[in-house]
Formats: sequence, C-alpha cells, structure tokens
Amino acid sequence: MSFTNLKMKSIHTHNPVILKVEGLKKYFPLRRGFFQRLAGKVRAVDGVSFEIEQGKTLGLVGESGCGKSTVARLILKLLESDEGKIFYQGQDIQTFSEKKMKPLRKKMQIIFQDPFGSLNPRMTIGQTIEEGLRILGIQNRQQRKARLQKLLEMVGMSAHSADRYPHEFSGGQRQRIGIARALSVEPDLIICDEPISALDVSIQAQIINLLNDLQDKLGLSYLFISHDLNVVGYLSHKVAVMYQGQIMEYAPADRIFENPQHPYTLALLAAIPNIRINQKKDKENKLKVLGGEPPDPLNPSPGCKFQTRCPFAESHCRKNEICLKEISKEHFIRCSRAL
Amino acid sequence: MNLEKKTSQPDFQLERPMAPKSSQIKEFWLVFSNNRLAIGGMIIFILFFCSALLGLFLTSGPDPIFDPAQIRLQEKLRPPLAKANLDTLRPEEVPRMGIYFFGTDDLGRDVFARMLQGAWVSLTVGFVAVGIAILIGIFMGGIAGYFGQHYLGAVSIDTLIMRIVDIMLCFPSFFLILTVVALLPASIYNIMIVIGLTSWMGTTRFVRAEFLSLREQDFVVAARALGVNNFRIIFRHMMPNAIAPVLVSATIGIATAILTEAGLSFLGFGVPPPHATWGNILSDGKRFIFDAPWLTFIPGIAILIVVLSFNLFGEGLRDSLNPKLRQRR
Repeated sequence: MSFTNLKMKSIHTHNPVILKVEGLKKYFPLRRGFFQRLAGKVRAVDGVSFEIEQGKTLGLVGESGCGKSTVARLILKLLESDEGKIFYQGQDIQTFSEKKMKPLRKKMQIIFQDPFGSLNPRMTIGQTIEEGLRILGIQNRQQRKARLQKLLEMVGMSAHSADRYPHEFSGGQRQRIGIARALSVEPDLIICDEPISALDVSIQAQIINLLNDLQDKLGLSYLFISHDLNVVGYLSHKVAVMYQGQIMEYAPADRIFENPQHPYTLALLAAIPNIRINQKKDKENKLKVLGGEPPDPLNPSPGCKFQTRCPFAESHCRKNEICLKEISKEHFIRCSRAL
Repeated sequence: MNLEKKTSQPDFQLERPMAPKSSQIKEFWLVFSNNRLAIGGMIIFILFFCSALLGLFLTSGPDPIFDPAQIRLQEKLRPPLAKANLDTLRPEEVPRMGIYFFGTDDLGRDVFARMLQGAWVSLTVGFVAVGIAILIGIFMGGIAGYFGQHYLGAVSIDTLIMRIVDIMLCFPSFFLILTVVALLPASIYNIMIVIGLTSWMGTTRFVRAEFLSLREQDFVVAARALGVNNFRIIFRHMMPNAIAPVLVSATIGIATAILTEAGLSFLGFGVPPPHATWGNILSDGKRFIFDAPWLTFIPGIAILIVVLSFNLFGEGLRDSLNPKLRQRR
C-alpha cells in the first residue's frame, strides 16, 4: 500500500517556528565489568538539528536504534540531553527546571508506539483522559465529563467507552484513546513516536487520517517518528532521515521523494515494495539490499557514519567528519558526494 | 456476558463491535475458582478468621463463655470430648455444655477455650506484623524504585536502601528476634512489632523491582509528559500495578509470622504465660506427649492447617493475578 502517490502536502506557505532543536546530543555511558568502569559511550543522538513550523509536520525516519525515540524523549525533557538547545516558541527550555517546565508540559504531548503499554491497565479510559483535564485546570466534574465526551468523539470513539478498561479495546481503539489523552491538555505540538508501527495496515490508515483531520481542525504541529517512509511522506511537510544518531538528509517531503540525494535515503526508498516496473532504477538496484554492518556505536571509526554500508564510499569518507550541507534551498544532506 | 445494546450511531461504525465488558475481578475469579487447593485454602482462611474473631468474644470479658484461665486440678489431663465430672466441680467451674471438646491440660484448663484465645493472638500477630512489614517495604521499595537514581553524597538512594536490605537479610532473623525479645519486656505488641521490623526486606525488593519496570512503561512516561506530579504517579499509576505481588507475599508472610510467633512462644520468649497462644499450649504440652498427646497434636495440627492454607491461598492468588500464568480456555 503506497501513500506516497495519494497526496503530498504543500510546503509553500511559511508559518512561525514552534519548535527548534539545535545540536542536540545524548550519549549513554556504557559500564562494563566488575568495577563498572566506563567502557565507552553510545552516541544515541549526536548533534541533531531541525525545526517544526506551526501547524506543520516534520517526519523523522530511520531504522531501529538510530535514536529517533531518544530525540522524542529529549524534546519532552523526559531525558536530560548532554548538549544542544531546544527552543519552544523561542524560549530555550533546555535550561528549564521541572517546575518551570510544568506549564509547557501541556503544550507538548506524546503518542506512543505500543498501544498496549501506553494506557494504565488499572484506570478506566475516562479516568485516564480526565487526568489531563484536571491538569488543564477544569475542576468542575460536569465540565470535565462534557469535555471527555467531546474528546472521545473527536477521536471517533463512542462516549460510553469512558467507563471501560484498556484491556477491553483493540490496538487501534487504544491508539485513539492515547491520542485523546494527548489532546486532553490542548497541546500545540504532538510527538508521535511510531504511532502506527504496531497496528495492521487498515487500522494504520484510520489513525493516519485521524491525525491528519486533527491537524486541520486544531492546527496541531507534529513530529512524526516512523521507520516507514511511505507513511511519513504522506503525512509530513518536511522529512529528516536519521542514521546512527545523525541527520543524513533533511528536506521538504516532496524533494526527498522526487530527488533524494543521500545514499541512505536512496536505500530506504528502494526498500519500499513497489508493484510498478521502473527501468530508471539502475542506480537504486545496486542499493536494493544494503550490505555491511552498522558501525559499532561504542568506537565508531572516523569519517562518515554510513561508510560501512555505503556503496559509494571512498577513501576520504573514512577520514573526514562530514557536515550537513545545503545543496539546494532547504535541502540538506550529510554526504561528500554533494556538490 | 452482556453485549451492549446497539444504538444507532452511524458515526461510530468503526468502533463496532466492542469486546464484551468484563471486569478484572470477574476474570480473576474465573481463574482462581478453578484452583481447588487455593479455594480450600481460602475457605480455611475465612473459617480461621471467623473463629479467631469469635474466640475473642467468647474468651474475654469478666464472665467469658469459654474461660481459658479456669483451673480445675481435679480434672487435669482429660482426653478430648471427655465429659466433665459434675460431682467434683463447683458450678462456676463446669465447662460450657459439660464437655471438654479438646480435653484439658496439666492444670485442668479447657484446651478448647485456650485454642480459641490463641487463635486471636495468631491472627493479630500475623496481620499486624505483616502490616508493619508491608508498610515499611512499600515505603522503602517505592523510594528505591522511583527516586533511586538520585544521589545522597557518594551513593545513590537505591544503593543505600538495597544495601540496608542486604545487611538485614544477613542476620538469621529468628535469632535477631530472640535477642530483641530478650531485651524488651515480653508483650504481644512487642512481638508483633519485632516480627514486622525484621521481615520487610522481601517486600522492599518486590516493590523496588516492580517500580523499576513500571517507571519505564509508556503509561507512566505519558503521565510524566502530562505533568502529573510524583505523588499521583506513584499512588495512582504505579502502586495499583505493583500491589498484586505484594499481596501474595503478604499472604505467605502471615503464615510465616504465625509460625515465628508459635516458635517464640514454644521457646518461652513469646506472649507471657497466663495468656494462651498456640505456641505455648504446644510448649506446655510437650512434657506430657506420651500421657496426653492431644496437648501437642491439637495446637500443632492447627498451626499446620492454618499455615498451609495461607500458603495455598497465597499461591493461588499469585497464579491468578499473574496474567502470564493464566490459562485461557
């Protein structure tokens, strides 16, 4: 099922930036042996920068373990980053204390991948969503109930699911409840951490359409994390491709699909199953299956992080650190092949 | 199984059909009721609970219905179900219904009355001691699990608490209790507190382990992202999900506490003499084991049955509360 051809969002209007991330880094120390000595650091997020405009969607794509979810948790300050800055509507929230962060928590919400682990099994749906309403400051019970019903309706659930427990719902229904919980505090930005990877395809489409509708209705901004380029392409205005904690290519969605530049993006695109026969894909055929192994995160060799798997790697790729370069307007890639 | 009434809401076609509503208690009972041993344990548990409560009323007060302290030297070491010899007894000495249900001991006291009185001691010792242990365990385990990563000087809170647990576990707890009881004035309350204070380590480890895994779960992360405060996260989100294994260990802990109290009483360090407990009935009876075996067998078997039923009940609870062990049919 290909979403790519259905709709590509227009990026030609520019809105104010709601979230800006600059040089975000998170290294996890790895301790080994009897004395817990520091064996090295896993560079989960290694200098990530991007921005999200109000009412727009940024897609963050990459394979498992490339640091996508860590980015999500760093932005929400559920994890402390080691370096870098996070600006929410111009304020640097990186330095904020937990207390100062509290009013901003309402503004940024998260939807999780696992619909089974993301709801408290001992709380009814109503209790779960009302928790957010209480934080929003709605003290009146009647008002809370009314708002709860509206939220459930908004995500396409019937109002009498409120007094049921999570185990009584299917994965797709739970994901809707998760969305309703995120919406309960009236956020501006929702971080979707692979919200559809655990669902089957028909349910995926429902959730994607729901997210799309909500964006149109409420003017939400999304950071949409996924490993599925098709879905990201359908939903996103801009796409960032991540590999081993670094952004490899960062461009408007249509350009990522029409004119991908980084070999890793090419490989990802080539991996999308396609039923059409395409003669022009000689270049990509070489990439159909990526060889090599991802580098050892503990002691990466100098140079490009993709060198071990890149079919175009040359000697200078193994020596010099490669920076993100703008090859055309708003199109950045981290590759020495760029002119 | 009652499916909900179908209402005509075309907008919500997506959500039909819904799974039938089933409560967790109902599901729990379905599994639990299939475990015959656990059901047996629960029935004995309830019987024991009722008889201990009843025993408290029947054996206390100025004129108890069964008087555990009444001494009749002329009627000593009578076997169970023996009829009282009405000729030699004063009217106020005659046992209820003129029968010694469990016989009499070396002072002619009614063993049935003493067992009833002792049941209440066992019950309160079990519940209060485990209550204290659970409270300390939840508190320490909760702190270690939730705030463990914070540092107090050079060591983390988690390390500090878990090393205290390790140190406590190093002591052979029965001898620790013996030492403390030897120093403190002997009373039933001191015994309960001492047993409680020396048996919280298991619960601490349980709760810490549960909290460590729960705090990484998405629903707890979601609550933190919503800005829910720590207190509410701990008591509303984490505790209800961590309480099942604690309950199970509490049930088994009650059995251990009853056994410990009986052991202490048997050694003469327990509840002081005029008050009967199962342990000291057993201890007093051991001198007459060949002449009056019921004096050792009756309290011994009572302890065996109660401890066994608590253990079976506890294990049944664990099996049915643990979704991974549930066998779905």
